[in-house]
Formats: sequence, C-alpha cells, structure tokens
Amino acid sequence: MADPSAIELTSAAMSYSGRTLFRDVSLQLAPGSFHFLTGPSGAGKTTLIKLCYGELRPTEGRVTFFDDDTGHMDRDTIALLRRRIGVVHQDCRFIDHLSVAENILLPVTVSGGNVERARADMDDLLGWVGLKALADHRPPELSGGERQRAALARAVILSPDIILADEPTGNVDWEMSLKILGLLIELNRLGKTVLCATHDMSLIRQAKTRVSARVLRLRDGGVELAGAEL
Amino acid sequence: MNALLTLLQGDKSAESVVPRTGYTAVLTIACAAAMAFLAVFVLALALSAGRQAAEWEASLSDSATVRISAPAEMADVQADTVETILAQTPGIGGTRRLSDDEQALLLQPWFGTDLPLETLRLPILIDVTLTEDGPDVIGLRQRLAAEAPGAVYDDHGRWRAPMVDAAQGLRSLSLIALILIAGVTGVTVALAASAAISANGQVIDVLRLVGAEDRYISRAFTRRFTLRTLGGAAAGALTGLVAVALIPTVAGGGLASAVGFYGLEWIWPLLVPPAAAVLAFVATRAAAARRLKEAG
Repeated sequence: MADPSAIELTSAAMSYSGRTLFRDVSLQLAPGSFHFLTGPSGAGKTTLIKLCYGELRPTEGRVTFFDDDTGHMDRDTIALLRRRIGVVHQDCRFIDHLSVAENILLPVTVSGGNVERARADMDDLLGWVGLKALADHRPPELSGGERQRAALARAVILSPDIILADEPTGNVDWEMSLKILGLLIELNRLGKTVLCATHDMSLIRQAKTRVSARVLRLRDGGVELAGAEL
Repeated sequence: MNALLTLLQGDKSAESVVPRTGYTAVLTIACAAAMAFLAVFVLALALSAGRQAAEWEASLSDSATVRISAPAEMADVQADTVETILAQTPGIGGTRRLSDDEQALLLQPWFGTDLPLETLRLPILIDVTLTEDGPDVIGLRQRLAAEAPGAVYDDHGRWRAPMVDAAQGLRSLSLIALILIAGVTGVTVALAASAAISANGQVIDVLRLVGAEDRYISRAFTRRFTLRTLGGAAAGALTGLVAVALIPTVAGGGLASAVGFYGLEWIWPLLVPPAAAVLAFVATRAAAARRLKEAG
C-alpha cells in the first residue's frame, strides 16, 4: 500500500460571500516533497494554505491529513494535527509581549512537551536561523527577515512532518529571501514536506536549481502544474 | 473540582501568554473587592438578624404577663386569686407582681420621669415565668375569666411574632442580597473575561496556529481571572471585616448592637474570597468556552 499523502485536497472549492475563489482543486503533497504555490494576488494562495492546516474548511470537497478527513474534526482535533504541521505566515503572527525565544518555544509549551529540553536545544535552533543574539528581544524589535526566520524556527521546533510557508519572503530583500529559501530546502532534505506560497518567480527559479520542486499555479479558479515556462 | 485544583497548582506558561495589562484587570480586581466588601457586610447583617431573631424568640417565649384591670377595691383580691391559680397551673415556673416603681420605669419612655403615678389608676402586672412545656393557655384563660374577670393572660405572641418575623425577614433579604452579589460578581468577571479574550484575538490566533487546544487557551484566561478575583476579594473581605469590627456597639441597641461575627461565625467571611474565586473560575471558563466557540 502506498504511503498516504501528507496533505490531500480533493475537489476542494472555496467561496466567500457568494464569490468563488477557486473550485474543484485537487492536489496531493507526497511525504518529503517540495511544492511551490504561485499565482496572481487574490488568486487564493493564502486561502489554500489555510485549508492545508485546517484554519479554513472548504465549502465543497475535502481535505485530508495523512488520510484523515478534516471535515468532521472538531477544533481540538485540528489543533492536535497542527502539531505535525509547521506554519510560517507572511505576517509571522507572534505574541508581542513574549520574547523571541518564548515565541519559538510556544508549540512545545502548548503541547505539554518538555520545555526544559527544548530550551536547552534552543541555542542550536537559534544558531540555525541566525538569531542567537536576539533570543531575548521582543518580536516588534526584529526586522522583517529576522521575524520570518524566528517564525520558521517556531514552525520546526516540534519537528513537524509538513512545513507550510505563506509568502515567507514577501517582506524581505533578495539576500534574506535566499537565506530563508536555503532553510526551507534544508528542511526538505531532512524529509519534511514543504509547501511554499510565493509570487516571486525568481525565487522559484533559484530553488529549482537546488531542489526537485513542483510548482502549482492558481489561475482562473483552478490549480495547474506550471511547466517549462518557469 | 479537579480542574480547579489543576488551576490552583498553576500553569505559568499558559498564564504568561495573556498580557498582564488591560482595563479588564482593574475592573476584575475592583469589582471583586467591592463585592467581597458588601458580601462580608451583608453576611454580618444576616447572621446578626438570625441571632437576634433567635434571641427574641427565646427571651419572649419563656415568659408571659397577666394584666389585671379591675375597680380599685377588687384589684388586689383578683391579683391574689390570679397568683393562686397560676401557682396551681402546670407549666408555670414562677410569678412576680411588678411594683409601682417597676411600672413607672416601664412608662418612663413615654411619659417621662415627672409622672405622678399615684394619681393614675394602673393595672396590676404579674410577670409569669414559664417552664419548657408551658401551660395549657386556653384552659388557663378560661379559668382566669371565671375566677378573676379583670385578668388578661398575655403570652407576648402579639409582640413576639412581628419582631421575629422582622428579624427573619431581614435575614432573608440579606441572603437575597448575597445571591445578587454573587450573580453580579459572576457576570462582571465573565464580561471582563470575554472582553479580554476579544481583545487578545491575536494571541488566540497564534496559540491556535501552533496547535493549542481550547482548554489550554481557556486555562490561560481562567487562571488569570480566578487569581485576580481571589486577590481582589481577599482585599475587599479584609476591609469589610475591619469595617464591621468598627461598627459602634450600642448598649441595649438590639440588632444594631449585635452586627458582627461571633465564635464560629468568623468562618463565613473567610469563605468569601475562595467562594469568589470559584465563582470567577466557573464564569471565566464558561465565557472562554463561549467566546472560543464563537471565534470558530
């Protein structure tokens, strides 16, 4: 029997206030795969990412995590599933009165994990994203790139199976974009499934020189596999 | 109860995710303090009213008075007859005829000290002490009517009932006030918690994003509001106890002289802060569950 898809959307549709954002979207993220999700602004990239971690439910169709249908899951079951999914948003979403280190530790804290051990490993994690010196700072004191890297550190602290990144390079310069891309590629090489939404085609082209990535494009309410034009 | 014990043991990590500042903190503490102050005062009133009712009931129920209103030449004869009858009646512990001076003292509040009592024809009053079982009042009244027609047996029921009713009514009102205080405290804390949860939408979004279950988020707010209420209520209760202790004692002032706590009654005001905390725990948990459900 084949390995289940990490995330699978089957004929998923999403409508807001009578406006259909996309319809009949089917995709499978195989374990260990790297996907880019691209498309014009307003095409529904963020919405599709939110479907992928259960923040939204499709108006039609279904979404499964490792073959578990999310349609009948309650909030707490979805919460437990999210511990297997690391999410990086463009706006990062931190708790501003906590330090960077405390924010990164949040997934361990809320899951009742071993906070002391995670704290001991924190140096390595902060070193990996290049934020050792900023551990005690508050998120509002960080630059855009630093915030994105802190969000990435938080996303991976529970060693999730899947990383979902929504425009992780949207607010940073090219050099920082490459750094963040490098971290995502490292995670993929460690066996993580990565889905990265971006409108930056240069970044996708750069990534394809280093990793075997599929590019999905949202267009005209559907999703298609982007081909050679990249 | 387990949830409350877990909460008291604490989960500082959960609590720390909620910002400490905000008007809801002040609102909760101030409301808890004010309500605890009122609760202690009302408790003192309720306990005093209950105590007073019991005292009045006891002091008036073991005594009676026989009043003899008869022409001057017959009064003493009838009084002697009444005393004889009372001495023969089971349930009567003793009798004592009030002297003129004692009667003057009784009338003093109404007529002053210069009243020439000797010019007034006053009834003869006999103070009767009853045993625990008391007499057969109907039979006694019939015998008095037959042998001493000027004598009226008064068991104080006419006075006792309204006084006891008044004291018991005051106690009932105090208990209603306590229930209202508890209700207002619960509603205020729940509203403050709801407002805090609404104001911390971003925190809740982040917690959900990183996999927090509803009970974790709820616990973060519940612990904060429960402890705030406990602190506020403790301060309010302490102030209330001091205020009750400072109420001036009026000698012979009835209820006013008795407001306060005596003996084991001191346990009650000490229970106000933990009771407020339990109330806040329940109210906050319900409010958090409702808000989190609404938030989807």
